[in-house]
Formats: sequence, C-alpha cells, structure tokens
Amino acid sequence: MMEQIPVLIVIIPLMCALITPLVGLLRKNFCYPWVILSLAVSTTCSVMTLNTVLHHGVIHYYLGNWHPPWGIEYVIDHLNAMMLVLVSATALLVSIYSKKSVEQELPDKVVYFYTVFLLQVTGFLGIVITGDVFNLYVFLEIASLAGYALIAIGEEGAPLASFRYVVLGTVGACFYLLAVGYLYVATGSLNMGDLAEILPAMYGSKVILVAFAFFLVGIALKMALFPLHVWLPDAYTKAPSTASALLAPLMTKVAIYVMLRIMFTVFKPSFSIEYLPIAKILLWVGIIAIFAGALMALAQVDFKRMLCYIIVAEVGYMVGGVGVANAVAIKGTILHILNDVVMTLGLFTVAGIITYKMKQHNLSDFKALFKRMPLTMVAFVTVALSIIGVPPTCGFFSKWYLIQGAILADSWAFVVALLFSSLVNVVLFFRIFEVGYEFHSTGAAHGDGHGHGETAVIEEAPLSMLVPTLIVAAFIVLIGLYNQPIILNIIQFAVPKI
Amino acid sequence: MDFIVSKYNYWIYIILMMIGFYAMIAKRNLVKKIIGMNIFQTAIILFFVSTAFKKGGATLPILTGGHGHAAAEHAIEVANYINPLPHVLMLTAIVVMVATLGVALAIVIMIYRKYRTLNEDEIIKALK
Repeated sequence: MMEQIPVLIVIIPLMCALITPLVGLLRKNFCYPWVILSLAVSTTCSVMTLNTVLHHGVIHYYLGNWHPPWGIEYVIDHLNAMMLVLVSATALLVSIYSKKSVEQELPDKVVYFYTVFLLQVTGFLGIVITGDVFNLYVFLEIASLAGYALIAIGEEGAPLASFRYVVLGTVGACFYLLAVGYLYVATGSLNMGDLAEILPAMYGSKVILVAFAFFLVGIALKMALFPLHVWLPDAYTKAPSTASALLAPLMTKVAIYVMLRIMFTVFKPSFSIEYLPIAKILLWVGIIAIFAGALMALAQVDFKRMLCYIIVAEVGYMVGGVGVANAVAIKGTILHILNDVVMTLGLFTVAGIITYKMKQHNLSDFKALFKRMPLTMVAFVTVALSIIGVPPTCGFFSKWYLIQGAILADSWAFVVALLFSSLVNVVLFFRIFEVGYEFHSTGAAHGDGHGHGETAVIEEAPLSMLVPTLIVAAFIVLIGLYNQPIILNIIQFAVPKI
Repeated sequence: MDFIVSKYNYWIYIILMMIGFYAMIAKRNLVKKIIGMNIFQTAIILFFVSTAFKKGGATLPILTGGHGHAAAEHAIEVANYINPLPHVLMLTAIVVMVATLGVALAIVIMIYRKYRTLNEDEIIKALK
C-alpha cells in the first residue's frame, strides 16, 4: 500500500472529479464536502510522499509496472515533492474557500464547477509528478482545458477572454508537442531520465536545438512571460473569484516548474546555460517583464487586474532568476515559486472576499475596509508586505537570494529591476491602504485591526472564506521565519549543479 | 528539387501549420480562428505520423505466427515494420484536440448567445 501513494495523489482527484456529477445528482450540497474530502486525502498523500523523499531520497514509480523507457514513470525528487504539497495544499485551501463565493456567483452551476475544479487540480498534480515528456503534455492540456472552462463561466466578457486564452494556450501546447516530437525523432525516447542520458552526445545537433527552442516558447506562452502574457490579465480578471484563486497562483508557477525541469533535468545545465546563450536572453526578458508588469500594474483601477500585472512581474522575477544562472539565484527562484504561490493565493482570496461583499473589484471598493473587515485586512496587509518584501514575511527572503545571486553574477540590471518592482509595489499597496483608511478616526494607523473595539459596523467575510485567507497569511509569516529549514532540507537538493 | 520532393510530407506539414497560424492571426471571425487552430494541430499529427514511416516496404507492425510469446521468439526485423509509437501518441493527441475543439466551440456558442455576432471587432465594441 505504502508504495502506491505517489499514484494516489493524482488518481484520487481524477476519480473524484468523475464521480462528482453523480454526487451532485444525489444532493447538490454534497459536492462541497466531497471535493474537500478528496483534496484532503490527496494532500495527505503528497505530504507523506514529501516525507518519504526527505528520508529515503528520490522515488521512482512505474505505472502498471512497465519499466522505463517503455512505460510511464513517475519520478518524485525534492523539487516536485515540494511542488506536489504546494499544489494540493493550495487546492485544498481554495476548495474550503469556495463555498459562499460559488453559491453567489454560479448558483446553478455548482456541480459542474466542482467537477472541472477537480480536473484542474488533477492536471496540475499530473504535470508536477510525471517523469515522461509526453505524459506531461497530456496533463498540461488537461489543466489548460479545465482552466478555459473555469474562466469562461465568469463575469461579463469572460467568454471572449477565455477564447483568446484557448487560442494562445493551444499554440503553446502545440509547440510543446512539436518539441516532444523532435526529441523523439532524435533519441527514440520520451522518458526524462532516459533523455537526459541520451541527449548529451547530440548537443550539437540542429534537431535538438529546434526542440529546445519550441519547448521554451511553448512553456513561455503557458507561463505568461512578458511579450506572451496578453491572455493573462483579461482571463484572470474576469474568471469567477474561486477559479482565479486556484488558477492565478498555480498555472504560471507550474509552467515555471516545467521550464526548470526541461532546462535542468531533460537538458543539462552544460547545454542550457553554457552551450547556448539562453540564460542571457531569459535574464533580459525577465528584466523587461518586471518593468512592464510593474508599470502596467500602476495604471490599473481594477484590483484584480492590478494583481494580474503583478503576476506578470513576478514571472519576470523567476525567469530572470533562472537567467542569472548561478546556484544562489536558482535557489532564490525555487524559493520564490513557493512564496509566490502563497502570496498570489492570499491576494486572490482577498480579491474574492471583496468581490463577494461589493459585487465588484475596483480599487475604490476598499473604502473604509479597515474598519469594516479588520481581519480580512490583517491578512491583506500581511500579503502586501510580503509582495513588497518586508523582512519577517517570506517575500523578503526569496528576493534576497535573487538579489544576492544577481550581484554575484554582476547582473546589475536585474538588481535594479527587482528594487524598482519593490518600490512600485510599495506605491501600489500603500495607495490601497490609504483608500482603506478613508473615513477612519485616528488611533488605528498600524493596519493591525485596531478597528475591533470601535463602534464601526463590522461586516466581516463569512468564516469559510475568512479562515483560509487567514491561514494563508499565517503561512506567509511562517515560511518567512522557517525559510532556513525549508532551504536546507528541500530546496538545496533541488538546485541543479552548475 | 529532390530535397523538396523526397520529403514532401514534411513540407506539407509546414505549409498546413502556416495556413492554420495565418487563420488564427488574420481572421476576425471566431469560428474561422478555431478552424485555423484545428488545422494547426492537424499539421502536427501529420508530422508525427510521417516520422514513423520507413522506406523499403515497411508495413504495419502486426506480428503473425502465433500469439504473443511464440511471435516474440522469431527474430523481428525492425526495418520491416513502421514505428507504431508515434501513431499511439497521436491517438492521445487527437483526443486532446477534439476536447480543445469542443471547449472552444462551446465558448463560441456562449459568446454568440450573448452578443449575437461572431465578429471579434463587433464583440469588443459591444463590450465597451
């Protein structure tokens, strides 16, 4: 039983997704606990897997006992064990959070929403766990297709945003598939470990170069790297708030995980960093993405849209960190994947609460919120400080590693970009704090919920939304405080040897 | 010339792909965009299936002469059979493509019900 746990992580959400319509047929209200149950089991399995990886090293799981390179293999090392826990825990929190918001926004589509929701999570988990490039394509498409559907049922204009995402996302997936084809033609294998052994002998070949280029462009489309980000802001702004709370933290970060896999597992750093000038290109694309994302975020009046451009800038952090291409910066990149999932989740859960209360999500909706929803705002302030990069929160530490790595590599432009983005984030969030304090008496200027004892009307968000948001905020501080154990036990094993 | 004729299937794959790409970028009608997207995906199927082909009369990998184990005892000449794996991969890819097409068409139906048009420019105008 114990050795079957890796496959259960993916199988359970998949099977439960297919059963969800039947559960919904029985009673509509059963869907919500059903989804939470399945994701809780999946999360438990991934935590156990992480534990096994920490104590016994890399796990190889052969599906149907077909040994690689013939069968599909699941390989779980430190990097994707961390990602598995991250994805399943995020999904679990979002599913707990979803109840009220889904009931309000999609009253007659609850059953189908949860079905697609679980399929989406299955896709993410599958991408992260698999050790086979073609299997990864299939899961990438499962995740994307579920994402298109979740976005399309959003507010006014969502179908068109989703349509654009379909077209661009399909082009990205097709490029990925072509790259898989080229690699297969050259090597005759689809298994990542097998490819890594065969490929070094052919690093000069043009077929391999074309495959690598297609890989990077395809994945860049999926992760919304700057010039290819056009689908993201519309799609995530107009999606239902639960859907954007699930998609926004995970889709881009999972794509960055795939990029790390392709660059450092399938291909070796000797190819993707030393042989090709790819690192330089990624570094500059990352820098441009940070500047562009930060500047466009400044111009928004819609809160969710502003968050979307912050995501574009954050993708720039991570791609630039890979571009800096030394161990410290890549350590920072991997830590930032972890942090960014948690921070983006925090931001979008707050956005969902605002949408639930105000029926819209503009910056002006924050008016006097410190008084009316003190606990939500405590969570929001914590997340905002972390995005800015204030020390006890987790955002500071990954930025610190990224900057350290950039200084070691003399990439001063990247340092400037990171600092610039932090400054812009200060402006972005303090602007919102100011709106939040409007009509507020003196004496509560610290943003830590002093509004409690006053006579103000407190209309806090419902508990099912508030608790996950506060848990996320707590995690932001905890990950910040315990970043050393995380790095020493998990991340340092995930950094490729450069 | 020989370069083009001897590998004509690969050239057709590139041409098909570009036709699909053009339709996705240039057409304003959403259904035409979807058709372009589908042509783009089909081109990739042609590419994969082409890679499985072998010159010199290779046929389908159907082994005669007994069931599984008995057949395996004969030495199998790999050059006599085309590679079945790309075909299998494409079965999966076709399923993915059908699903993508289905989702895309469903979204277009949603758009049409709301705005009563399929022209992208008119929809954007209606949104403002």
